[in-house]
Amino acid sequence: MFSNRLARGFSVLVVAEQAAGKPNLNVLSAITAAAQLGKPVTCLVAGKDASAAANSLKTVAGVDKVIAVNHESFENPLAESFSPLIQNVAKSVNATHIVAASSAFSRQTLPHVAAQLNVQPIADVTAVKSADTFQRTMYAGNVIATVKSTDAVKVITARPTSFNPAASTGGNAAVETVNATADNKVSKWAGAQVQKSDKPDLATAKIVVSGGRGLGKGENFAILDKLASKMNAAVGASRAAVDAGWVPNDMQIGQTGKIVAPQLYIAVGISGAIQHLAGMKDSKVIACINKDPEAPIFQVADYGLVGDLFTAVPELTNKL
Amino acid sequence: LFFPAKDRKMKVLVGVKRVIDYAVKVRVNPEKTGVVTANVKHSMNPFDEIAVEQANIIRTAGHAKEIVAVSIGPAAAVDTLRTALAMGADRAIHVQTDQDVAPLGVAKLFKSIIEKEKPDLVLLGKQAIDDDSAQTASLLASLTGLPQGTFAAKVDIAADKKSVKVTREVDAGLETVELSVPAVISCDLRLCEPKYATLPNIMKAKKKPLETVTPDALKVDTKTGLQIVTVEDPPKRAAGVKVADVDDLVAKLKKANVL
Repeated sequence: MFSNRLARGFSVLVVAEQAAGKPNLNVLSAITAAAQLGKPVTCLVAGKDASAAANSLKTVAGVDKVIAVNHESFENPLAESFSPLIQNVAKSVNATHIVAASSAFSRQTLPHVAAQLNVQPIADVTAVKSADTFQRTMYAGNVIATVKSTDAVKVITARPTSFNPAASTGGNAAVETVNATADNKVSKWAGAQVQKSDKPDLATAKIVVSGGRGLGKGENFAILDKLASKMNAAVGASRAAVDAGWVPNDMQIGQTGKIVAPQLYIAVGISGAIQHLAGMKDSKVIACINKDPEAPIFQVADYGLVGDLFTAVPELTNKL
Repeated sequence: LFFPAKDRKMKVLVGVKRVIDYAVKVRVNPEKTGVVTANVKHSMNPFDEIAVEQANIIRTAGHAKEIVAVSIGPAAAVDTLRTALAMGADRAIHVQTDQDVAPLGVAKLFKSIIEKEKPDLVLLGKQAIDDDSAQTASLLASLTGLPQGTFAAKVDIAADKKSVKVTREVDAGLETVELSVPAVISCDLRLCEPKYATLPNIMKAKKKPLETVTPDALKVDTKTGLQIVTVEDPPKRAAGVKVADVDDLVAKLKKANVL
């Protein structure tokens, strides 16, 4: 079957992100989505030390080939730099689909590629129904749309929480190095302010503890930090808490922030606005602590505790 | 005539979309082809309100001379444009169509307007809260060859107005890019706080110029290769239980095998 797939000469191109030679693990979900399209999977990774990232990617189950582009002009994720590269590689591997995990990078880069191919890209796919039919959410997760693309090349960002990560071992892909340099005269990298944290990443953590307006002020997130440390959980926040300036924007969970789907989501002092639910309602188990028994969060929580979070959270921390 | 660069003022184009109001609970229509829109409150897409306000801020800072609002949609999109005019735009362009135009079609229409208007900055919302695609700014930047600063949390225009620094909200925090002007910027939540229009400004807005064009007149084919086959409600989560106390919560979480 595999050789038949190769014989057709078409492939699915997965665009991986990397930093300092390490692939972003969200690519594992994109690979799972790509593998469902029934064609060999080629992974593209570019950056200063892309070969190191390629060596991690070549063992991922389901990857048939990795293309590494080692050049520092691809180290920083500028759409104007990456778009021509992705177009060229897609052409060279005869890509019928270009896939990436939904992220700040892919959300602005894949549409750039799609426009050059005159195709309507498909954002934030949650399920692959067939090679041309996909599901995605609209209206803050309140509607699921099944969409069909007749475009020659399908350009897709896949929501990482909707696809189980591919196994990082078991594959044995060939690595090919390609020479390319970004030719970008319109945009320049001017630095990043990345939040350093010793906690697990929100997108991949098995447990997420999240705080909202009920916390009252930023300093009170300390009680969530203690609980999270005990559980090895990531800490998130509602839009209300971020807008109030209590916590940085990268902690925001919801329609306009991050979408998470951990094994356990604990919502603390969060009422459960529609836009917040859109970011977490696919979690396996949802628990909530809120003093208002009428809060909408209780309608999606598997286990709801009505009570004062300032006593319940420390008590929970002690009892774990 | 030769003006020193610092005196050259920008023209800002702002995209505003009419969407179902964010507070409305949408319902799938009986045919499962879309959502019920009749007799449902519509408003300006909240991220587009931020874009209009950012245009005002740029003008107040002395960088811009004109703000042009553009909307693509049915006759009722005029209401959204009047809102933009009341919030501070000087004139409006309505691309009238009863079709649902996908982001690629929207970007093609904007490109055609940009070719005529030649703005220095194009400000859009980072996403529309109806289809949640968040693609138009990037598609437009690609079609026009202009640089893009998407999900902007901060916009700093250089004194010579030849470049703009955009600080973007990204997965791991913030990153800053420097773009040559003209540029396309999509506005994120924390860029600025939109201000509601005052009654005198709403009255004045009625007299501001509003031009209507059609996709045909712009010679733009808005059809794309993506069709919505069906829409449906998401699977419902079964209602959970209230636990008695923290001990009960711990016990239940252990039983569910997530602790």
